[in-house]
Amino acid sequence: MKITREDVLRVAELANLELTEAERETYGHQLESILSYCEKLNELDTSGVEPMAQVLTGSQTEAPELREDVARDAAIIEDVLRIAPDPSPPYFRVPKVIDR
Amino acid sequence: MSPAAWTVASIRRALEAKTISARELTKEFYARISLENPRLNCYLALSPERAYARADAIDENFRRGESLPVLAGVPVAIKDVLSTRGTTTTAGSRILENYVPPYDCTVVERLETAGAIILGKTNCDEFAMGSSNENSAYGPVLNPAAPDRVPGGSSGGSAAAVAANLAVAALGTDTGGSIRQPGALCGVPAMMPTYGRVSRYGLIAFASSLDRIGPFAQTTEDVARVLQVIAGRDPMDATSAGAPVPDYLPASNQPVKGLRLGIPKEYYGEGIDPQVRKKTEAAIERFNRLGCQPVEIRMPHTAYAVPVYYLIATAEASSNLARFDGVRYGLRVNGANLSEMYRKTRGTGFGSEVKRRIMLGTYALSAGYYEAYYLKAQKVRSLIARDFAEAFKKADVVLTPTSPVPAFKLGERTADPLTMYLADIFTVPGSLAGVTAISVPCGKTAEGLPVGLQIYGPHFGESRVLQLARAFEAAGGFAG
Repeated sequence: MKITREDVLRVAELANLELTEAERETYGHQLESILSYCEKLNELDTSGVEPMAQVLTGSQTEAPELREDVARDAAIIEDVLRIAPDPSPPYFRVPKVIDR
Repeated sequence: MSPAAWTVASIRRALEAKTISARELTKEFYARISLENPRLNCYLALSPERAYARADAIDENFRRGESLPVLAGVPVAIKDVLSTRGTTTTAGSRILENYVPPYDCTVVERLETAGAIILGKTNCDEFAMGSSNENSAYGPVLNPAAPDRVPGGSSGGSAAAVAANLAVAALGTDTGGSIRQPGALCGVPAMMPTYGRVSRYGLIAFASSLDRIGPFAQTTEDVARVLQVIAGRDPMDATSAGAPVPDYLPASNQPVKGLRLGIPKEYYGEGIDPQVRKKTEAAIERFNRLGCQPVEIRMPHTAYAVPVYYLIATAEASSNLARFDGVRYGLRVNGANLSEMYRKTRGTGFGSEVKRRIMLGTYALSAGYYEAYYLKAQKVRSLIARDFAEAFKKADVVLTPTSPVPAFKLGERTADPLTMYLADIFTVPGSLAGVTAISVPCGKTAEGLPVGLQIYGPHFGESRVLQLARAFEAAGGFAG
C-alpha cells in the first residue's frame, strides 16, 4: 500500500488536524507500514461472512425496555459554560464561520 | 502483595473493631502517595476534599450505629478517562489539561454509594491509546517492580497504584488489553468484564464497540467485590446489558475440580518470551494438580486480531474524538475562522500517537478504502468471535499468557508503533469477541519482573473466571 503526500493531506483535512511538515512525512511512512501489515487480512476468504456489527446478540443483552426519552433539567448549564473556552452565556462563542 | 497491604475485608474488620477510622485510613494513603507519587507518577490529580468528606460521613454514620456499606472506607484510584465531578479529568491529554467535568461517571457514583473513598485520578496513555503509558502528556508511570521499566498501558497508573499499595483497588479501562496487560506487567489481578456488563456513562470514549471498565485489586476476592458494585444495567448507558448480576463471591468459591481448560496452540507459538512461556506452562500444571482438565483447542484466527483491532479501534476513535474541537471544553487555539480553529486546536492539543490513530482511522473509513479495510476487518472480527464461541463449546475457560513479554524498558519500543501494537497480541482477540477475562500474577522472571496469566471466559462468565483465579491464588499460584 503506497501512501502519497496527497493521501496524507486529504486525510488530515478530513480529520481536521493541522500537521507540521515533519508529521506529514512520519505519518505517511507509518500509515504505509501499518496498512501493509493490515493487508494480512486479505489472506482470509470472507465471502459469506457477515460483518460483526453488534457485540452481543439479543438473548445475551437481555436489555430491558429502553427508558422513556424524557428531558430532565440536569441544572449544570453554569458549570458547563464555566469550563468553555469562550462562553457567552447561554451560548458558546466561535470564530467566524463564513468568510465574505 | 506486601504483608501490610489492606484489603476490603481487613479494612472492614479494622473499622468494626475501631482500630482505625475511615479518615485515618484515607490519611495513611495520602501520606504514602505524597511520598511515592513524585517518583512513580501514578496519580495525575488527587481529590482529598472529596475523599475526607466521604470518609467522615462513613465514620459518622458508623458512630451513629448504622452498618458499614460493602466497600466502607476502601481507598480507590480512578483512571483519568473517567469523569469525576469537580476533579480534573485529562484523559492523559493536553487538550483536556484544565477540564473539570460537571458530572460523575456511573461507576464512580456506584463506588461512592458503596462506601469507597475516591483518592484521585490515575495516569494513562493519552485517550487510553498505548501499551506502555509512555503516551501520557504528563510523563510515564514507572513500574513499581522495576523503575527502569514501563508499567504497561494504557491503565498503567491504576495498575501501578495498586501494585505500589497507593490504593486498595483501582478502576481502569480496557479497549485492547489496557486493564489486563498493565495488570500483568505490574503483578496485580486485573479484570476486563464482558462487553455491556459495566456502565460506561461518563467514560471518555475511545472505541465504543470495545471499551470496558474494570477493576484492579490486591486479591481476586477484592476484584470480585469491586465488580459486584459496578456491574449491572444503567439507564444512562443504552449499551449496558440487562443480564442479571450474580453474587460473584460465593460463585467464585466453588471447587474447580473437573473444569476444562482450553489451551489454544496459537497462543504458545513464536514471539513469546521463554520465561513467560515457562511460567504460563507452570500455571497450567498447577491447575492440573487442582483437578482441572486441559483440552487442546484451536483458535485459528488469532494472528489476525491485531490488524483487525487497529483498523476498528482507530476508525471508532476517529469518530469519537471529533468532539474535541475547541468549542465547548478543553483547549482552544484561535484561528481566522472556525475550520482553522478546529485544525489548530486538534493539531496542538493531541499527542503524536492520538494523531496517528485518528489519521489511520479516518483513512480506513474514507471513501474508496472503507470496504477494503474497515468492512474487511468487521468480517474477520466475526471469525475471531466464532473462534471463542467454538472454544467455549469444548472448554470452560481459555488459558493464555496475558502479554508475550514482561515489562520492557522505558523508551525501548517507542520508535516503531507496530512493535508496540504487537504487545497486545494475546489481549485484543478477547476485546474483539466481547468476552470477559482476568489477568492474574503467575510468578516472576529471573530479573524479578511479574508475569501474568490470562483466563478467558465466555460472555457473562465472570463468576467462572473469578472461580479459577481464586483457586489459583489460594494454591499459591500468584507467587509462581
